[in-house]
Amino acid sequence: MSHSGSQALAQTDVHKHEHDSHGSVKSYLIGFVLSVMLTAIPFAAVMSGSLSSSTTFWTLVTAALVQIWVHLKYFLHLNFVTEEGKASTLSFIFSALIIVMVVGLSVWIIYESNAMMMY
Amino acid sequence: MSLFGKLSIEAIPYHEPIIMVTLAVVAIVGLIVAAMITKYKKWGVLWHDWITSIDHKRLGVMYIILALIMLLRGFADAIMMRTQLAMATSGATGYLPPEHYDQIFTAHGVIMIIFMAMPFMIGLMNIILPLQIGARDVAFPFLNNLSFWLTAGGAILINLSLAFGEFAKTGWVAYPPLSELSFSPGVGVDYYIWALQISGLGTLLTAVNFLVTVFKMRAPGMTLMKMPIFTWTCTWANILVAASFPILTALLAMLTLDRYMDFHFFTNEAGGNAMMYINLFWAWGHPEVYILILPAFGIFSEVISTFTGKRLFGYKSMVYASGAISILGFIVWLHHFFTMGSSANVNAFFGVMTMVIAVPTGVKLFNWLFTMYRGRLRITVPVLWTLGFMVTFTVGGMTGVLLAIPGADYVLHNSLFLIAHFHNTIIGGAVFGYLAGFAYWFPKVMGYKLDERWGKASFWCWLVGFFVAFMPLYVLGFLGMTRRLNHTNTPEWNIWLYIACIGAFIIMFGIVFQVVQLVVSYKNREQLQDTTGDPWNGHTLEWSTDSPPQYYNFATTPVVDDIDAWTEMKEQEQAYQKPAHYQPIHMPKNTPAGVLISASLTAFCFAMIWHIWWLAAVGLVSAIAVFIKRCYTRDVDYYVQVDEIEQIESAHLSRALQEG
Amino acid sequence: MSAITPATLHALEDAHEHADHDTGSNTVFGFWLYLMTDCLLFASFFATYAVLYMNTAGGVSGKDIFELGFVAVETAALLLSSITFGFAMIAANKQKKSQTLSWLAVTFAFGAVFIGMEVYEFHHLIVHGHGPQNSAFLTSFFSLVGLHGMHVTAGLIWMSVMMIEVTRRGLKPQTVTRLSCLSLFWHFLDIVWICVFTVVYLMGAM
Repeated sequence: MSHSGSQALAQTDVHKHEHDSHGSVKSYLIGFVLSVMLTAIPFAAVMSGSLSSSTTFWTLVTAALVQIWVHLKYFLHLNFVTEEGKASTLSFIFSALIIVMVVGLSVWIIYESNAMMMY
Repeated sequence: MSLFGKLSIEAIPYHEPIIMVTLAVVAIVGLIVAAMITKYKKWGVLWHDWITSIDHKRLGVMYIILALIMLLRGFADAIMMRTQLAMATSGATGYLPPEHYDQIFTAHGVIMIIFMAMPFMIGLMNIILPLQIGARDVAFPFLNNLSFWLTAGGAILINLSLAFGEFAKTGWVAYPPLSELSFSPGVGVDYYIWALQISGLGTLLTAVNFLVTVFKMRAPGMTLMKMPIFTWTCTWANILVAASFPILTALLAMLTLDRYMDFHFFTNEAGGNAMMYINLFWAWGHPEVYILILPAFGIFSEVISTFTGKRLFGYKSMVYASGAISILGFIVWLHHFFTMGSSANVNAFFGVMTMVIAVPTGVKLFNWLFTMYRGRLRITVPVLWTLGFMVTFTVGGMTGVLLAIPGADYVLHNSLFLIAHFHNTIIGGAVFGYLAGFAYWFPKVMGYKLDERWGKASFWCWLVGFFVAFMPLYVLGFLGMTRRLNHTNTPEWNIWLYIACIGAFIIMFGIVFQVVQLVVSYKNREQLQDTTGDPWNGHTLEWSTDSPPQYYNFATTPVVDDIDAWTEMKEQEQAYQKPAHYQPIHMPKNTPAGVLISASLTAFCFAMIWHIWWLAAVGLVSAIAVFIKRCYTRDVDYYVQVDEIEQIESAHLSRALQEG
Repeated sequence: MSAITPATLHALEDAHEHADHDTGSNTVFGFWLYLMTDCLLFASFFATYAVLYMNTAGGVSGKDIFELGFVAVETAALLLSSITFGFAMIAANKQKKSQTLSWLAVTFAFGAVFIGMEVYEFHHLIVHGHGPQNSAFLTSFFSLVGLHGMHVTAGLIWMSVMMIEVTRRGLKPQTVTRLSCLSLFWHFLDIVWICVFTVVYLMGAM
């Protein structure tokens, strides 16, 4: 009995959150169209080979970063509006910071040591 | 391909008398314990109330028992190393042959960090953190039980290596190419890999669990900046665990692939880069030391503010300093391998960052001093540990700043100076902190205080023993002695090695006195009993519960509007008040799923170590099967009824008020 | 308790608010934190790839073995599976069981196509003598891409378990919570794939 009671209450819980954080068909479609474009651009840039290599490189980086943002916003529903959204977004930003530090510094350390060894 | 893979009777080191005697002693003690449990018919209690328990307090107790047992094991290794080095001077060979000695120093490091310090820290956090934030349990109680058993599984694996095969001879860092298959063909490194992997998984799950607990389950009114300081420092430590342990997981997976499938991450051949292992190891390893020390800082803060009867000085700066240490802790790791020979810019950057991290640590030290200033410090055992810490850790911190200078590090790297430095911070910081917390929260957990006299005797042995054991190591470092030597032939080192050995024996007395303290306290538990639940006139919510706390922690959810929530309740005479009515409490049920999953995974790891592929498959599949079954079990919770709560709470309140 | 009176209901609600274990939002947040730790796991493999990708030990480099057209199709499959999972979640939140199941099935199919293509690519490389044992570059390539592939495979297994659960139990709150976690997992793997195709394939083929 008590169990079904808590289930019923959990149900209302779900409905409360429904409208604010799960997205709609429209927002998924917007995200999808954007991400198709952002995938097509870098593939085209590399496959056509018409851009200079540094332009290609920065096109790739920019497209990837923007596409990550699109996915976070439209598919993973990160936001600063709801309490939940804030917690999730902040934890993502923190992880991103750590990743940038760990990956960036690791690459720096090893590349510099390769250079020292005239590798 | 035999049924038992590489495992055969040859794997048991029966020709090694030291190991055989150890195993015999372990077997006898085990049999005695089993016989006692049988005699007093406690198997049922052990299974239903402890092994399958998902109560955070009981899991915490089990973590601490694990830590104390591992402390004994790790310390036995330590004293063997010190006696070996004191005997093997001037060309003598001592009693430990190199291949055994190398396993001992590896096991000592791994056990002390992964299976002593971590479980001790996590145990204290398990018991206290939910109580401090006014929660009834952690966010995922079943996961908490699983985490504990995964840690225990790792500890079991590392101890199995004593009886079957060998342990790694690589040092606790297991650097390749030495740890690669071509140079370490035995099972030692595999034990290392799987023991760390499985316990690391447990630690990671614990961190996620406690982060959700802290962010989602605080008592009403307790904003983040009103959380008790120990909770805060644990939270920073958990953030670090969540951010750094995946690196260890990845690293161990890579070494596994190298060893099992002939990949080339870190090999000498085919373009592998061993430096990347060292790099990733310390990208985990450096945050790891802050994971150990930050909760200890929290304990010292609680102890100092409680026993001076004052608020903690500079609470906010303490929180921010911990945060700064956490973030900075992620950009200093190269100082563990300045000598690998990256460019001057790299070394300079990491050297400077390492010195910068001393600043927030200094902020904390001054906060503690200012908290004591003009307070009435009650010199109890936890306070002694704290004062001992403040002196010892400062010495360790300053030698750390010396090592942070790349030029100096080129001279001191891998010398005993380094060994002295990190023992100075880890023993003087983390271990003293956990022992302070142990004495401080013992009455909360067990319902009676620890004997003061034996506690003080133990403290003085530890403190004096520490200085006698490790100050000579600084000298030896300057004299040019490197770490991990099996025997020496340099007469001017001898005297310092003898002194260090004496120090280790003084510490041994500290540990013996701690055991005596536990026995004496248990015998005198009637006189030492804590009836109020608040033996030290504490500040935070854990002291508002009974000692030991009711299994549901709080009969009614406390409402908080101050950092020192319990002090405020006492001042406003809201403490020990019976609420108008109680309500049923929703509680989770105990479950054997955690221990079964962990047992399966431990079997999987053991099978992987010995290449027993059928057992590995069985272990993995059964772990997944038990997990899925657990997901579809409906009977996972129940309600504590009002009359039961009423009964428990009335007894508590009348006892507390009688005393008060 | 034979009937729920308003008083007990209130009591239960109170207990639920403050001390319930494993409420939906805690689970989803906890799962999100786990995913953040997974990010770090991938980051470590990315860092290793970045360090080792030039170490071809005289063997093939990325330019020699990557076929971008093939990768583009793989990417398309994964992107399509993302939006179809989105539709499954919308249906689940509206309690539309059969719609949820159909969208999950479509998602599963796209995911299976992706994994099938990846297995084909790996097999193709290995039989041509470019297996992970041949150089540090191939080691790090296989590990990074394989780690993502293993995650997707785990996602597929999880998805099939969820389809059985939805079929048998319908869309109870606990089931929807689990679907939400799986949805986070699936979309998260998409983000990882963006990094993989950018850093490994496109930059490698440049």
